[in-house]
Amino acid sequence: MEQLINDFSPGLFFMQILIFVLILFLLIKFAWRPILESLKIREESIQDALNSAEKAKEEMATLQADNKKLLDEARKERDQILNDARGIANSIKEEAKEDATKQAEKMIEDAKKAINTEKQAALTEVKTKVAELSLQITEKVLRKELKDSKAQKALIEDFIKDVNLS
Amino acid sequence: MNRTAISGILLSFLLVLAPLILLASDSQPSGEGNLIDTPEEINDYIVHHLQDSHDFTLYTDGETGHHIGFPLPVILWDDGLKVFSSSRFHHGETVAEVDGNYYSLYHSKIYKTNANGDLDLDEAGHSHNARPLDFSITKSVLGMLIAGILLVWGFGSLAKSYKKGPLPTGLGRVLEPLVIYVRDDIAKPNIGEKKHRKFMGFLLTAFFYIWVLNLMGMTPLGFNVTGQIAVTVCLAAFTFFITQFSGNKSYWGHIFWMPGIPIPMKILLIPVEILGMFTKPFALLIRLFANMTAGHFVVMSLIALMITMKAQFGVVASTGIAFFLAFFISLIELLVAFLQAYIFTMLSALFIGMAVADHDDH
Repeated sequence: MEQLINDFSPGLFFMQILIFVLILFLLIKFAWRPILESLKIREESIQDALNSAEKAKEEMATLQADNKKLLDEARKERDQILNDARGIANSIKEEAKEDATKQAEKMIEDAKKAINTEKQAALTEVKTKVAELSLQITEKVLRKELKDSKAQKALIEDFIKDVNLS
Repeated sequence: MNRTAISGILLSFLLVLAPLILLASDSQPSGEGNLIDTPEEINDYIVHHLQDSHDFTLYTDGETGHHIGFPLPVILWDDGLKVFSSSRFHHGETVAEVDGNYYSLYHSKIYKTNANGDLDLDEAGHSHNARPLDFSITKSVLGMLIAGILLVWGFGSLAKSYKKGPLPTGLGRVLEPLVIYVRDDIAKPNIGEKKHRKFMGFLLTAFFYIWVLNLMGMTPLGFNVTGQIAVTVCLAAFTFFITQFSGNKSYWGHIFWMPGIPIPMKILLIPVEILGMFTKPFALLIRLFANMTAGHFVVMSLIALMITMKAQFGVVASTGIAFFLAFFISLIELLVAFLQAYIFTMLSALFIGMAVADHDDH
């Protein structure tokens, strides 16, 4: 320890302070500040580039996911439309079938009604005709039968005979 | 890939060259006309190297005592500024006379003496002569200046390269990951994402300053800046003052009135916590100093094996052993050079982080 203190040179100590401060000042001004500044700028630009690359990657991924989603949606929609179309077609077919059946039934009904009406009309006409004919025949017969008063008397007598006066 | 290749080449270059040149230069003995070949002389030589020096000696010819290197300016404050070249000391062999005062070098320190250079030594070998305030451009100061220039140049060029484009080119490719390393692995985990920016200047400067100086110590130029106690005291003092001045209410609250414990304990803990304020940076300064000093000592001692074991094993074997041991310990020292810079910065960041943390969890 004594040796160390004896070896200590105040002059060298002073010169070391002087030179070190000088070097410190020069280096800070002409080296460390610009170097650290440039390093910082460079590192920031690298970080920025990395960040933007990362962002681009993420965007790419979301874009792909979006695309996939869109595609899925489109596919779903297509299926939906197809299903709908199929349903509509079916219902149209059903309806058409039903309509046709109804139509047919109605026509049959109408036809039946018409036939009935025609039948009734025809029957009425036939009855009328028959009645007319019967009258004419009866008239002719009567005219022929009752041409003489003898025959008329006989008939009246006949009726009277049948009439029960009770 | 390119980045790792460049740093790999740089590293291997350092790894291979540093110990080789260390061998070539540091093992060359210096002294007063005779070779250094006894353990005592080697020890003295190593201790001498670990100390700061007022001249820059690359090589000393042991036969002639001729030094190859250059003197450094000596700046003293002794009733006025005294500036002269360290060549006047002739490597501590003569007394320098400046404006009627006499100064002499003893164990790398300057003492005021009489014209004969007589020193008043005690039993421990310490001189009681007056020591003028020594602001010299010593070898360590030169090392700091070189490290400062290297740092300002290197990181200044990195800063400039950003004006051309977002990616650095050339040397910046090696330096940029280091800056990011300090920010992301030292500052942010310890201080926090939000608050770290304010302290980045100090942490980065401390980290690279210590690292570069540690690495410079690995070169054969023989710098031992981070092994100077004054330097590590200064660095730790920076951490200490930054920590205290950025301490928030919760930090001081934990020192003077520890929450969540009974009052007698609170009173008991005050001196402990105040002591803790100082022991933390003290540990920093001792750790760095001791590691670097020990590293230099070990490397040089292993190189010195070449001389001490020459008698037992012969020149070739002792050189081989010394080379391999010194080579591998140098590899470890390269790691330590980084590790100590890392630990110093990491612990500084930790202390600062403790001072600025919001203790919401209490």
